[in-house]
Formats: sequence, C-alpha cells, structure tokens
Amino acid sequence: MSEVIVVTSGKGGVGKTTTTANVGTGLAAAGRKVVLIDTDIGLRNLDVVMGLENRIVYNLVDVVEGSCRVKQALIRDKRYPGLYLLPSAQTRDKTAVNESQMRKLIEQLRDQFDYILLDCPAGIEQGFKNAIAGADRALVVTTPEVSAIRDADRIIGLLEANAFDRIDLCINRMRYDMVRRGDMMTVEDVVDILSVSLIGVIPDDESVVVSTNQGEPLVGSHTQAGRAYKNICMRILGQDVPYLDLDRSISFWTKVTGIFHKSQEGRA
Amino acid sequence: MKLPHFFRRKSSREVAKDRLKILLISDRVNCSPEMLDMIKEDIAKVISRYMKIDTQNMEIQISKSNTYGIGNRNPSLRANIPILDLHKSS
Repeated sequence: MSEVIVVTSGKGGVGKTTTTANVGTGLAAAGRKVVLIDTDIGLRNLDVVMGLENRIVYNLVDVVEGSCRVKQALIRDKRYPGLYLLPSAQTRDKTAVNESQMRKLIEQLRDQFDYILLDCPAGIEQGFKNAIAGADRALVVTTPEVSAIRDADRIIGLLEANAFDRIDLCINRMRYDMVRRGDMMTVEDVVDILSVSLIGVIPDDESVVVSTNQGEPLVGSHTQAGRAYKNICMRILGQDVPYLDLDRSISFWTKVTGIFHKSQEGRA
Repeated sequence: MKLPHFFRRKSSREVAKDRLKILLISDRVNCSPEMLDMIKEDIAKVISRYMKIDTQNMEIQISKSNTYGIGNRNPSLRANIPILDLHKSS
C-alpha cells in the first residue's frame, strides 16, 4: 500500500527540500520504491539538492499538460534502484497546475511506488494547495524560531481544516549549545506550543551544507544530521526508534574541554 | 559567579515562548487581541447582571483543546472569572 506524504512548513528556508531529499533517499535505502515530486513550480530546487539537475528532460507541468507520459519525466537516481524524482518546471508559475491534476497524477503513481513524497513550496497559496491535494499525511518542518513556529502553526491549522489526521512535526536546525544557555526554545517547548506529534529532531549540522554543495543526501551517514534523518525514515516505516541524545554527546565534549580549561586555570 | 535567581533576566528562550503563546492565540482564532478584549468586556457585562465579579483579574484564553484523539483539536475558549459575590447585592 502506498503512502503519500507532503513535506511542508509555511515559512521558506527551514529545510523542506533538504528533508524531502533525505527522507526520500533514506526510505529508498531501506529498499522501498520512492518518488519525490517537486511541486515548487518556478523555483525548483529538489533536483539540485539530489544532484540530478543535469538529467531533466521533462517536468511536472509537461506531465499534467499531457506533453509526455509520467514515465518519461521520472528521473531514476543512480545511487538507489527504487528512487525517482519528478522535477518541477522552472519557467512556469504555480497556476500552471491545479489540485485535480495533482490528485490524478498521484493516483497514477500510487500503484508503482511505496512512498510518494511531495516537496511543498513556501507560502499558503496555490502551490501549497496543489501539494496537499493528493496527500495522505503531512510532515511539517520547522526551526526553533518564532517566525517559523508561527507559520508552522498556521500550516497545521490549514492541514487540519483539510481533514489531515496524520500530521508529524520535524524540528530542524536545533542548537543544543544555545538551548543550554537558555537562548533557544527546547524541543519540548516547540512540541508543547504546536501540540502535534514529533517525528524527529535534526541538529544544526554543517555537514548538511556540505551535502547540499555536493548534491548527495547525507541520510545514513555518520554525521549527526545523517543519523537523525535515518531515524525519521525508520519512524515513517513504523519502527519505534529512540531519540538521539544529542545533548549528551555534546555535553561530553564540554566536560572534556571543561577539564582542559580547569587544568589551564590551575597552571595560570 | 551566579546572580541570585530574582536578579536573573528572563532568558530569550522564555521570552520567545511567551510571545509565541500570546501570538498564536490570536492567530488561531483569526481575531486580534483588541477583539479578544471586546469579547472579554462583553462576557463581563453579561455575567455582571447576575453576580459580582472581579473584572480586573478575569482572563480569557483561546487554546486548542487538550483532548487526545485524532481530529479533535478544535479551539476552545476558556474564561477564568473570579466571583466576588454570588448574590448580586445592588
């Protein structure tokens, strides 16, 4: 049975595309057949994050307009056999596609894939409506900042109004050093404010930038973000994975450096 | 050296959390804090007809109800109205 997940956030730049790329790649690495659909028409990005930008021939708008078959527009990822991307159009705008076209497209793809991931554009206009139209469940991405949380709350309200009964929260760019200083809201604060179920926390990790530079999703790698994304994938697959204790892994180092500082003070 | 607790300034985390809580109340009901004030005044007016209440310390809040279960998170309005005298004397 296939599952259609929309990755959304309201606010731009919080990590929807990165999350779509990594969760999709992680599910494919676990042996599932996955298609990633970039629904951000006019501002496509999922192709570059996946490193597939040179292989685009047809796009989402071509498919819904009937200029090509769905199969022709799907780009197969070389790294994982079951991973495909349906890129968005760069030269069109969000009104080129409507909700019923999206629903029809997703019904066509359902029997071929285990997971269909939709990368939603920022905002709550037509692009958002298109992205959520055919989805079964939603993954809301936010960062621990007031602006992102406010937008996430609005998005959650709209999803509930559209009868979504499965909404999961992914908190991105968590900085435990700032939390410890009392300068960033904790995971519990964010979950408490938004009152939706948590599916994962991604630490603020430089390796995400490196992986985006290279066009290689980092899910499953030994970086903190890679491990966190893998855990999200496993939770989507229905496994009960404990949350990474990122705070402790950092505080271990603060302890080590703390001892070092103390010994320096002793000498001084 | 740590300052005593009562000298401590509110951390930016707490400030953010408090601001968001207030902000989301008005976002969720799609009405401004001014409108909430008007609702509060009207509620006070109606109840004052029947009993003496402490209008200074009454508060109203709109929150997502905490009932667990899917699709059961409609916003609810909660009013906390201290009663000074159950039997209106005037």
